[in-house]
Amino acid sequence: MTTNTASADPTRPGAVTSPGRAGLSDRVFRGLSLGCGLLVLVILALIAWSTVREAWPAFPHEGLRFFTSTRWAPSAEVFGSLPFVYGTVVTAVVALVLAAPVSVGIALFLSDVAPRRLSRAVGSLVDLLAAVPSVVYGLWGVIVLAPWISRIYDTVSDVTSPVPVLSNLLAGPSTGRSLFTGGIILALMVIPIVTSVTTEVFDTVPTMAKEAAYALGATRWEMIRAAVFPHSRAGIVAAVLLGLGRAMGETIAAALVIGSSPQISARLFGSGDSMAAVIANEFGEAGGIHRAALIALGAELFALSIVVNVAARMIVRRRAGER
Amino acid sequence: MRRRSIRSAGPIAALVALALFAVACAGSGDDDAGTPATGGGGTATTEPRLSATLNASGATFPKGFYEVVIAGYKKVQPGVTVNYNATGSGAGRQALQDGVVDFAGSDGLVDPADAAKYKGEFLYVPTVAAPITLSYNLGDVRDLTLDADTIARIFQRQVKTWDDPAIAALNPGVRLPSTNITVARRSDGSGTTENFSRYLVAAAPGTWTLKWGSTVEWPADTQAGNGNQGVAQIVKSTVGAVGYVDLSDAKASGLQFAKVKNKSGTAVAASVDGATAALGGAQVNADLSYSPLDADGADAYPITAPTWILVYKNQPDRVKGEAIRSFLRYMLTDAQALAKDVDYAPLPTSLRDKALTQLESIAVPVA
Repeated sequence: MTTNTASADPTRPGAVTSPGRAGLSDRVFRGLSLGCGLLVLVILALIAWSTVREAWPAFPHEGLRFFTSTRWAPSAEVFGSLPFVYGTVVTAVVALVLAAPVSVGIALFLSDVAPRRLSRAVGSLVDLLAAVPSVVYGLWGVIVLAPWISRIYDTVSDVTSPVPVLSNLLAGPSTGRSLFTGGIILALMVIPIVTSVTTEVFDTVPTMAKEAAYALGATRWEMIRAAVFPHSRAGIVAAVLLGLGRAMGETIAAALVIGSSPQISARLFGSGDSMAAVIANEFGEAGGIHRAALIALGAELFALSIVVNVAARMIVRRRAGER
Repeated sequence: MRRRSIRSAGPIAALVALALFAVACAGSGDDDAGTPATGGGGTATTEPRLSATLNASGATFPKGFYEVVIAGYKKVQPGVTVNYNATGSGAGRQALQDGVVDFAGSDGLVDPADAAKYKGEFLYVPTVAAPITLSYNLGDVRDLTLDADTIARIFQRQVKTWDDPAIAALNPGVRLPSTNITVARRSDGSGTTENFSRYLVAAAPGTWTLKWGSTVEWPADTQAGNGNQGVAQIVKSTVGAVGYVDLSDAKASGLQFAKVKNKSGTAVAASVDGATAALGGAQVNADLSYSPLDADGADAYPITAPTWILVYKNQPDRVKGEAIRSFLRYMLTDAQALAKDVDYAPLPTSLRDKALTQLESIAVPVA
């Protein structure tokens, strides 16, 4: 980053010698970059417009029940989106609960623990995780992970069966294709993004603060608690919420491992379905009102993502203000 | 320059060889059925060289057959490229509505309410059919018979063990284990699900309550697999599992499948011949839509799924229109002999002749 701006600097004296041309090129550049910025808005608006238009037949058909009904039965032309919202939220939350601590751990390792050379190698390996296509995660999940983990699920259910709340949450039997498996796969997929954002945040912690902590006799862990975390809290929250957005929108991997049963069940080891997954699964064969309802789900997911993103911004801003 | 001319001699020789080969094929095709319509199909090889690219999308169910047909057609008309994108029947119909494909594959019929959305009158071209098996995993139980009513109750999770009296009554003398039944079904919307559920609606009307569609409201304690392979994988890896899988995937996964009692009370195993028998027993409508599900006939396999190609009757482009007609003619004549090799059932002669006659009604602008 810094080398880039440094190498751009030598062009600036030239601009000073011929102000007229620089004025023109400045204006052209300004116009171009403004256009690019506006393009994003235009694209977003067009997406919103065309999804809502295609989805429209579903709303008069279902009315408010589209958002409140728990029954999704295309063969009976009943379309309630609640089971999918539930599945989306549950898998995303499971994913973040699993991914956030691991990501923060990796980020700390990269920024404050590992020697520089090792840290660079591990960092690029983590980035490599992000380059694995999601269908590969999905197939691995359904072929390798699900059969293996179903036995672990069964053991966990047996062990927790006397505990009041857990006996419901972790009840068996499980086939391995479940909300929780979906969460695990999504966790693997969001770790790279959460890690890389968190690492960047940790890298911005002033060396002075760290050295001050060491000077006061802090151990490394105490230094991290006293200097790194307070400085990075907003950044970590932002990273986790970015991961949440990613997890909510993930499609193919979720479609393969989630079990595809549109139901609202407290059983994490039972099957469920998510918004993105059901669109991927049913769109190809859907026609008429079923197709419209699936697109409406897409619009709802779009709206939900916006809400999550805005919420993320607000939290980050408030936290940043606190600091 | 010289090198190029030498290189181009290769393709020309290949063309000549292919043309000879194609004529030979057409000759043998004519021997099979000397009806005027098939004779007309023979002209596909003597028609002028065509040059066009046809784009199509739709049903995944007949993909295996269409791939073979496309490869075979390339030998007859090397200048025509056919791209078939297996996106699903619904997506195929939508693409035809939007006019972004030249024809669409569909396992189901167009909803009459949607017909007005198409850009003009379209034809149903029946192409092939295939049996849907009830594949199961029950160790040494090699011979299992089911009927529609029992299948409906199994898939609605009302019959939950293999030694249930309903199953035992259909299988006298077979030692059925008390294993729990695991029901495997599709996680994705599918023409196979649609035809399977249509069969249950037709054959077990009093028992089957889940209606029909590309996605059915399955009980929550069923297991979902992606695609035929996904269901086959669940059946293969789970003792006590049963699922509906098309014949080619069931065979590829080495699954056992049950005999199913047809309308006349005979237990028939899923096979290409059983499917062709079902096509023979099916009532064909004037627009060539038909349902071979739960068909009449002692040899008919009752869960036989049809599939069609949807094509506009009035083709705006002469070159493309002629190529479409030629390709479909090939599919209904010479290519029918290729169907069995890939576990699809060729159309019976009567239906094929009707389809060929109908093809002639595709209107192409004159040059």
